[in-house]
Amino acid sequence: MPTIYIDSKPYEALAGKNLLETCLGLGIDLPYFCWHPALGSVGACRQCAVKVFKDAQDGTGRLVMSCMEMVKEGMRASVSDKDAVAFRAQVIEWLMTNHPHDCPVCDEGGSCHLQDMTVMTGHDYRRFRYKKRTYENQNLGPFLHHEMNRCIQCYRCVRFYHDYAGGKDLGVFAAHNHVYFGRETSGILESPFSGNLVEVCPTGVFTDKLLKEHYTRKWDLASAPSICQHCSLGCNIFTGERYGRLRQITNRYNSEVNGYFLCDKGRFGYAFVNDVNRVTRPLLRNQTIEAVDEAPLMKTLREMLSGEELIGIGSPRASIESNFSLIQLVGRDNFYQGLPEYPAYLSGKVAELVQSGALYVPSLKEIEASDAVLVLGEDIWNTAPVMALAVRQAVVRTAAAQAGKQSGLPAWHDLAVKEATQEKKGFLANLTVCPSPLDEEAAFSLRRAPDTIARLGFAIAHAIDPSLPSLPDISTAMRSIVNSIAGALRSAQHPVIISGVSCYNEGLIKAACTIAAALHTIGLRAGVAYVLPECNSMGLALLHAPSFDNATARVLSKPGVTAIILEADIYRTVAEKEADAFFDACKHIIVLDSMHNRTTQKAHALLPAAAFAETDGTIINYEARAQQYFQVLAPQQDIRASWKWLGKLKGLRAAAGNGQQVHPDEILQQLEQALPAFKGISRVAPSPDFRVHGQPIPRDPQRYSGRTAILANLTVSEPRPPQDTDSPLAFSMEGYPGIPPPALIPFYWAPGWNSNQSVSKYQQEPGGALRDGDPGVLLSGQAVLRLTGEEKPTAPPLFMDIPEAFEAREDRWLLLPQVHLFGSDELSSYTPGIRRLAPQPYIGLGEADATALGVIEGDDIFVWLEGKACSFPLAIRKGLCPGITLLPMGIPGIPVPQWGSWVKITLSEDAEEIRCPSKIF
Amino acid sequence: MVQFSDEKLKKVNEIVGRYPEGKQKSALLPVLHLAQEEFGGWLSVETMDYVATLLKLEPIEVYEVATFYSMYNLKPVGRYMFEVCQTGPCMLRGSDDIIDYIKKKLGIGVGETTPDGLFTLKTVECLGACGYAPMMQLGKHFREHLTPEKVDQIIEECRRTAAANN
Repeated sequence: MPTIYIDSKPYEALAGKNLLETCLGLGIDLPYFCWHPALGSVGACRQCAVKVFKDAQDGTGRLVMSCMEMVKEGMRASVSDKDAVAFRAQVIEWLMTNHPHDCPVCDEGGSCHLQDMTVMTGHDYRRFRYKKRTYENQNLGPFLHHEMNRCIQCYRCVRFYHDYAGGKDLGVFAAHNHVYFGRETSGILESPFSGNLVEVCPTGVFTDKLLKEHYTRKWDLASAPSICQHCSLGCNIFTGERYGRLRQITNRYNSEVNGYFLCDKGRFGYAFVNDVNRVTRPLLRNQTIEAVDEAPLMKTLREMLSGEELIGIGSPRASIESNFSLIQLVGRDNFYQGLPEYPAYLSGKVAELVQSGALYVPSLKEIEASDAVLVLGEDIWNTAPVMALAVRQAVVRTAAAQAGKQSGLPAWHDLAVKEATQEKKGFLANLTVCPSPLDEEAAFSLRRAPDTIARLGFAIAHAIDPSLPSLPDISTAMRSIVNSIAGALRSAQHPVIISGVSCYNEGLIKAACTIAAALHTIGLRAGVAYVLPECNSMGLALLHAPSFDNATARVLSKPGVTAIILEADIYRTVAEKEADAFFDACKHIIVLDSMHNRTTQKAHALLPAAAFAETDGTIINYEARAQQYFQVLAPQQDIRASWKWLGKLKGLRAAAGNGQQVHPDEILQQLEQALPAFKGISRVAPSPDFRVHGQPIPRDPQRYSGRTAILANLTVSEPRPPQDTDSPLAFSMEGYPGIPPPALIPFYWAPGWNSNQSVSKYQQEPGGALRDGDPGVLLSGQAVLRLTGEEKPTAPPLFMDIPEAFEAREDRWLLLPQVHLFGSDELSSYTPGIRRLAPQPYIGLGEADATALGVIEGDDIFVWLEGKACSFPLAIRKGLCPGITLLPMGIPGIPVPQWGSWVKITLSEDAEEIRCPSKIF
Repeated sequence: MVQFSDEKLKKVNEIVGRYPEGKQKSALLPVLHLAQEEFGGWLSVETMDYVATLLKLEPIEVYEVATFYSMYNLKPVGRYMFEVCQTGPCMLRGSDDIIDYIKKKLGIGVGETTPDGLFTLKTVECLGACGYAPMMQLGKHFREHLTPEKVDQIIEECRRTAAANN
C-alpha cells in the first residue's frame, strides 16, 4: 500500500489506482465529469486537475489531471492548491459559456452532477456576454428525452452506449463548439440499456421521459431500496414515490449484482403499479363492489376456508414471505406451482443443482470477470439482459486485461488500453436457437435446435475429459468447433457456462453441469449460471412444490376443494383448456393479485394484493441470492400485502379467528426453521425494530418539500404519516441522517453531492463493495459451505443421458418460445413505451422452411394449437434451424401452447396437412 | 445514383490496400476526399452512404468523421471556394477587412454561396503561410498579401475562367 500525501497529509492508497478515485475513496471532494468507475479515465474534461510535486522541497509543482495519474509511493499532490482551484473553476466557466441557465425547467435539476460540480468549484458569476450555441434535439423513442443544448461534451454517453453496451446508433458528430451526441436521425434508440444514459449523463441531455409525465424533483421523492421484478437477476433499484404514485426507478448499486447499470425493462417497467387495471377493493363474485365490507367479506372467506380440502397455488412473482404464508395456510402437501409439469420440473432441477453445493453459481460480477464464457441455448439478451451486458464486459475485459498486462497499462486508462487491445476479444461461444446481438462478440455463434446444442455441450465435456461418453456422429467441422470451445474453457482461469430453462430442454441443463464436472477433473472451478423466467422463480423452485398438473388431478379426483391462487395469472402459463378444467372443478376460488387478469375473473373472492412498491418482501435470484425490497407507497384503499391477507385467512381458519399480524422477518424466521434450504434468509435485512441512535431510516430526503401541504386538498390538518411497522424505514424526513446499513439505503445523497454520483460516498472505494458489504444473502449450497468454512471443491454431478440428435419431422414443427425483452413479461408490459416496442404476434420459421413451404415474410400462415388453427404472419428468423417454429412468448392474442411440443403448420385454415419433404433438411 | 467510375474505384482499392486487412476504415479520409472531388465538391448523405458501403462501415461511422472535419463540405458549394485565413497573424494584417470586402463584393455571408453557384466564402484556421498574410486558399493554391484590389482581380479571373469553360 503506497503512502501518498495530499495537501501534506499522509494517506494509505491502493496501488494501481488513479489519483482521482483514490481521492474520492478517501472522502476528498474533487470535481470530475468524464471519469466513471465503470468506464475508466480518458482525461477529456480537464475538471479533476490537481497539482503534483516532485518532492517535499518542490514548491511550484505542475498541474495534472488526477484521473490520468497513477498513485505512487511517496506521491505529493495538492487538491486545494490555488492554481488547481483556479484551473478547475476556469474549466467550469468555459463549460458554462454554452450550458443554458435552465435548471428550473430541467429534469436533472436537484440531482445534477454538473450543478454539484459547479457549486464545488465555486464558479458563480458569468462573464461571457455572447450567444450560447444551440442545437436541434431528436426524438429518441418512448424512454429518453433529448436536450442537446445542455451538453458539456464529456463523451460519457457514447462511451457507455457504444463502448460499454455495444449500441451502434448513438454517435458523436462535428467538432469544436458544434459537437453533437445523438442518432443519425430521430428514432428509437436500439439498445435495451439506453435508459442508463439518464444516469451516465452528468447533466440533463438525456432525461427520463416517463418521469417527465409525472415529474418530481429528487429531493421531493420518497424513496426506498427495492429489487427489480422483471427477470431472475434481482437487480437492485430505488423506487421513488410522490402523491401516492410510483414515479421513477433508478439504479441502486450492488457490486455483486447490477453494479451501475439496469436494463430498460427494469428501469421503465413500473407503470403497472399506477395502472387503472389494479385491483384496489376486495371483490366477491356476483356482488357489487360497495357490498363488500370487511364483515361480509370475512364471513364469506370463513365459509370458503371452512372446507376440509384447501390447496394453494404459489407464485414465481410473489415474495417468498407470501409463498410461505400460503404454505402455512394450506399445509405443505397442499401447495402447488402454477406451472405445467415440465417447466416446473426444469426449475426444480435447477434449484436442486444450485442447492446441492456441488455447483458454483457465479454472480453477475463474477461473470464480468470471466475469461471464457459458453452460452448453451439460453437467449440471455432477452431473458436476462443485464447478464448479457455482463457477458459483453467479460469479452471486452479479458482482452483488455491481457493487453494491459503486456503493455503495462493500468486497467482504468480506458483509451490507452483500447488502443493496445485493438480488435482482440475474450472468449465467448454463443450456441442458441436464434441469433442474438451477443453474436457480434462471440468467437463462435451457432444456431441449432436445443437437443443439438445439448449434444454439443456433452461433446465439449468429452473433449475436456475423454473418459466421458463420446458422440461419434458429430461432423468433422463441428468437431473442430467443439475442440476449440473445449480448449478455450480448459485454458481459462474462470470459465463460466450459462444456460437456462427458456428452451424447455433438460439436456441443456445437464450438459452445462457436465461440462463443469469435466473441468473439475482438470482442477478448474467453472461457474454455472441457469437463467430462470421470473423474479422469484428460484424461491418458488426451492420450495419444491408439485406442478399445476398435479393440482388439477387433485381437484378433479376430489370435488369440493377451495383453491387459493397467489399473484399469478394461470392463463399465461397453462393452456386454456387445462386452466378451465381446474377452475371448473374447484368449489371456491380465492385469488390474491395486484392486476385484473383472466385468473382474477375466475375468482369467487378476489383480494387486492400489494405490488412490489407497496410492500416489503424477499425474492431469490438465479444464484439463490435472497434480497429484500421495501415499500415506498402506502397502499391505497384495501390493498394489502399478500402475506398480510394470508395471515388474516390463517386467523379465520383457526378456531379463535383472531389472525395475529406478523412481521415479514418473523415469517422468514419461521421459514428457515421449517425448511433448511432457506437457512440464513432471516439475515437478509435488519429487523423492523432496527434503529440507529434510536432513529429509523427516513424515506424522505431532508429537503423534502410540502410535507404540511401535500394533502391540503383532502384535509387542512396535517395527518399523521403512515406508520411502517414492517421495516426500519419511516415515511418521514425525520430519522437517522447518516449512511444506513447497505440493505436499507433509500437513496444516495451526500452534502455537496445531490446526483447519483454520491454513490461513491457509500462505497468502500469507487466501484467497490458498499460499506459493510453488499446486501443480500446467498442461499446456494456453495455459499452455505463457504460460510461454515467447509468449502471443498466438490465435483458437480455428471450426467450421462445424452439426448438424441434433433431431427426435423416431415409434418410437424418443434414449438419453442421466443422471449422478447419488451413484451414477454406480464407486468412490465403495462408501460405504454414497452408495449409499443413489443412485437405483434408472428410465427417464426427458418429460411429453409419458409422456402420449402413457398411463403414469404408477412404471409399469414396457420399453426395448430390445441386442435385449433391460429393464424399469424410469418416472420423469417435468420439461421433458425429447419423443423423448429417460434411463437413470441406472453404476447396478447397468442394462446398459451405446450412449449416444446410438435405442432402442425398449414397455409390455410382447412388445408391439408403440409408435408415438408424431409430431404431438404 | 452516386457511383465511382471504374478508374476511381481502382483508386479506392489502392487506398484501401495501403492498410492492413480488416482496417479498411483507415481509408475513410482519403476516400471521402476523393468522393468530394468526384461528386460536386461536397458530401451528400447519399455520397456518404455510398462510401459506407464501399468500406463496409455503418453509415453513422462515416457521418461522425465527415462532420468532424471542416474540409468536408456537407452542403453544396460554389465552383470557387475562398478559404480565408482568420488566425492571429492574418488577422493582425487585416484579414477581417478582406473578409468584409469579399462579403460586400459578392453579397454573401461566411459559409454562403453566390446565387450563380460560382463562389463560396469560408473562414479557416492557420494555413501555415503567415509570412504572406493576409492570405486565402483557392482550390489548390494560396493567394497571398491580399488587398481589396487583389481580391477584385481574383474574382474577375475566376469569372473569366468560368465563362471560358462553359
